[in-house]
Amino acid sequence: MTNTPENYINTDFGWKSWLLTLDHKRIAILYLLSISFFFFVGGFFAVLMRIELLTPQGDLVQAETYNKLFTMHGLVLIFFFLIPGIPAVLGNFLVPMMIGARDLAFPRLNLLSWYIFVTGGLFTLYAVAAGGVDTGWTFYTPYSSTYSNTHVIAVGLGAFITGFSSILTGLNFLVTIHTMRAPGLSWFRLPLFIWAQYATSLIMLLGTPVIAITILLLALERLFRIGIFDPSIGGDPVLFQHLFWFYSHPAVYIMILPAMGIISEIIACFARKRVFGYRFVAFSSLAIAILGFFVWGHHMFLSGQSVYAGLVFSILSFLVAIPSAVKVFNWTATLYKGSISLTTPMLYALGFLGLFTIGGLTGLFLASLGLDVHVHDTYFVVAHFHYIMVGGVVMAYLGGIHFWWPKIFGRMYPEFVARFAAIVVFIGFNLTFFPQFLLGYLGMPRRYHAYVEEFQVLNVMSSAGASILGFGYLLPMIYLVWSLRSGKRAGANPWDAKGLEWQTPSPPPTTNFAVTPVVTEEAYAYGEEEAAVAG
Amino acid sequence: MWEDLPLFPESASSLSGEVDALYVFLIAVSAFFALLICALVVGFTFKYRRRPGNERASRIEGSLALELAWTLIPLAITMVIFVWGARLYFALSLAPEDCLEIQVIGKQWMWKLQHPQGQREINELHIPLGRPVRLTMTSEDVIHSFFVPAFRTKMDVLPNRYSSVWFEPTRTGRYHLFCAEYCGTKHSEMIGTVHVLEPHEYERWLRGAVAGEAPAEAGRRLYEAQRCDTCHFAGPEARGPVLAGLFGRRVQLADGSTVVVDENHLRESIVAPNARLTAGWQAIMPTYAGLLREEEILQLLAYIKSLPAPEVEPRNGDGR
Amino acid sequence: MQADVPGLAHHFEDLEQQHEAGRLGMWAFLVTEVMFFGGLFTGFTIYWNAYPDAFRAGSHHLDVRLGTLYTAVLIGSSLTMALAIRAAQVGRRRAQVGWLVTTMLLGTTFLVVKGFEYQHKWADGLLPGPGFAWEGPDAPHARIFFSFYFAMTGLHALHMLIGIGVLLTMCVKAARGAFTPSHHAGLEISGLYWHFVDVVWIFLFPLLYLIGRHG
Repeated sequence: MTNTPENYINTDFGWKSWLLTLDHKRIAILYLLSISFFFFVGGFFAVLMRIELLTPQGDLVQAETYNKLFTMHGLVLIFFFLIPGIPAVLGNFLVPMMIGARDLAFPRLNLLSWYIFVTGGLFTLYAVAAGGVDTGWTFYTPYSSTYSNTHVIAVGLGAFITGFSSILTGLNFLVTIHTMRAPGLSWFRLPLFIWAQYATSLIMLLGTPVIAITILLLALERLFRIGIFDPSIGGDPVLFQHLFWFYSHPAVYIMILPAMGIISEIIACFARKRVFGYRFVAFSSLAIAILGFFVWGHHMFLSGQSVYAGLVFSILSFLVAIPSAVKVFNWTATLYKGSISLTTPMLYALGFLGLFTIGGLTGLFLASLGLDVHVHDTYFVVAHFHYIMVGGVVMAYLGGIHFWWPKIFGRMYPEFVARFAAIVVFIGFNLTFFPQFLLGYLGMPRRYHAYVEEFQVLNVMSSAGASILGFGYLLPMIYLVWSLRSGKRAGANPWDAKGLEWQTPSPPPTTNFAVTPVVTEEAYAYGEEEAAVAG
Repeated sequence: MWEDLPLFPESASSLSGEVDALYVFLIAVSAFFALLICALVVGFTFKYRRRPGNERASRIEGSLALELAWTLIPLAITMVIFVWGARLYFALSLAPEDCLEIQVIGKQWMWKLQHPQGQREINELHIPLGRPVRLTMTSEDVIHSFFVPAFRTKMDVLPNRYSSVWFEPTRTGRYHLFCAEYCGTKHSEMIGTVHVLEPHEYERWLRGAVAGEAPAEAGRRLYEAQRCDTCHFAGPEARGPVLAGLFGRRVQLADGSTVVVDENHLRESIVAPNARLTAGWQAIMPTYAGLLREEEILQLLAYIKSLPAPEVEPRNGDGR
Repeated sequence: MQADVPGLAHHFEDLEQQHEAGRLGMWAFLVTEVMFFGGLFTGFTIYWNAYPDAFRAGSHHLDVRLGTLYTAVLIGSSLTMALAIRAAQVGRRRAQVGWLVTTMLLGTTFLVVKGFEYQHKWADGLLPGPGFAWEGPDAPHARIFFSFYFAMTGLHALHMLIGIGVLLTMCVKAARGAFTPSHHAGLEISGLYWHFVDVVWIFLFPLLYLIGRHG
């Protein structure tokens, strides 16, 4: 084998060089490993749930166990996969490279972030091993503060600790994007992935501390019965819901904004075209981040909240949908008169467009007060958020992993198998979650271990879909790992993409750029050279 | 198989049709936009696929006109949905006059329901066709939620306070009742049945059902047993406001604000009497938290609500 | 290959960029702290609004004179912190160390006095929990007041402790001459943190100690 040039992977071997690295690219790989682990842990809980739900009776596991399964499924996937996922893996790897920097602003904080993440994860795994938690990932009081006798504090601590990882990542990205852009890289020349990460960082910084204090208060309530959420001693359990959702609603924008950033990059590259309405897409990211802080009460329309509060939250929830719609239209318009190739990343991105659109539209059903009365706390909600989180975020994540895989590892994955897997995921996903909309409207409540007979047919369809979806997720696991050794070696820019990250070798050297690049062209300057040559 | 794949639950209340109408409208809007996007995406992908002759994309920056269009049109549509949903929500929230008042207590993991004439049910609710019913609900422990899909109504049931929901059944039959807020181990077993009967059958059921005491009557006994009238009477030595006719009135509190005396205020006055003191009275009422069960508080409330307003307006607390 | 500039981390272009990043980073961190405390402030305000009498009674139980004393101590420590930075700006090493030590001492005084105050409260049975003993009316809501009191002042004290630790590190560095008139970003950034902790107290004190104490 010819000598591969020195890159961030082969520059040094050994545990210490990885576990004490300050290189943002290596830290991204550390995150890739831990995030993938939690994805499969959370997914495993889902598999068990869907098998249980094949029959109306609760016959696979006991009720307590089922309650723990759905709680842990939510907790693990939300706090340890969806929220950190794209920023920690792709963001860490790409943010410095996309802006022409050698690293993030605070490399040691970056490494600390990962250790904090792992520590939080360990607390959570401990809680799982010690018997689990059964409060639902939403921890509503007074069940979680007074009644549940499961390991609420351990898991709460896990989420609390991991929150700091999120805060530090957001802080790092914010400062990096503000202060370390290469010469010539003005704000409106930035890739939209960077705009998306920036908006995400705002939410991480402003929102995460509130869930931290909420979990802290919950722990104090459980330990010392201080009385804040306990109605029998004067507290208000609904206050918990307000504090909880003040973070947890913006948290879903932490999940989706980076995904949207990936979609912009992929569509531009594989349509060979600048994203239509660049500034509108950039500002939409900021609008979503800001508006997202004012809609939390739409989770609480039936909590005893006043009708007037409901009106305010409802109208704001409709407003926050608009920038997302604007983005979908802009991405669609980008395809117009493009030169489109259906590579694996593009398949995931186009799948995202369809599924995110459906997910977003069903959000309108929930924002609409009179209808939410009926579908709140039913499988309609479950279907809605899975369309966004799985049909949206996970598809975008997989698309991004495939898009940047050659850059990160210097290897190509097998295209045919990868496209096949993308299609399997798309089909499996729809079969799993579309029936759940119907189940919800029919009245099947969520978090039900056993259900009434008439819901069985749709549940069987959903579980069948889940098995296909699971298979679809296993495939990339296998062929991506395979490609590390046996995939075709990738050059610096196998997609002929624009963007500073593609101007480096694959895999990149530790310092990213031998010389700090100077940027003279707009983002997504596809077709420029051909035009320049022709004209 | 298609009979097994219904799309709607039964429609059995005066408002369920309206909820379904909004739902169908939203499905139409969603289907339109989803199909539009899918058609455009698939169409563009096919038409502009990379092939000899289409190696280069056109350079298009954007279009302000399009941006405005696809911002303002969705905005208009969402505002229509908002107004429609809000009006439906008002209708669902504001109970009409003269409802049949049922008291509901949710507890892990059952529903206890009490009719005004004393009949009690567990996990079942028998009601007559065509008469609006209002449930006043509280929880003995954690948060639950009272959900009847066929009526398209739902409301969280909270500890230490009351929430209410109303509906008017329009079809006889048996309908599912589900708890819709996760409440612990047997959450999925906290289910029951609502029986809507023809009025004469309902009367027959009332006569046949085990009738305990009417709540108001039980409340009167409690009122006397707890000696509430030691402080609550009309006269210069009274130590608390007169309760007859108080329900539904607006009173002033010691801190200057005013409040409408509803079920929640009455309940708080019993379990935490000095939290929101009425103006002009001293903070001397002892708390009955822990001394009265939820059923008993509801019975007291039923009694207080049944007291007719006195002819002479008592001077509640000002200048005795 | 860029020349080796002392104190310049390899991933920054120049010291100016490095300092700008450090300052922006500290401000961003302080914003997160505002949100962190903000959750507690919000909860407190909601309950205060709902149960003003209980909260006023609870507030009157706090020792205003002691509170005023150590508020003054804390504000003084912000002054000495600013003077330490001033000393760095004019290159006086001994003054830097002196002012930093004074700041730490004032901060420690704050914590010690607070410790005594907590001890009194515990002796009076005002620690929320099973042993809570409140003689006045509306004990459940007074208990919530004290829950917030301990949570908020406790969290603040924790931040002060961390601040003292940070200042100790800065003190050691200052003694070794790490801070020069052109390069003292670490001191400035630590100062930002210290002033922030002071500002939080300036909001906490009236909110907790001065409810209804006018006229």
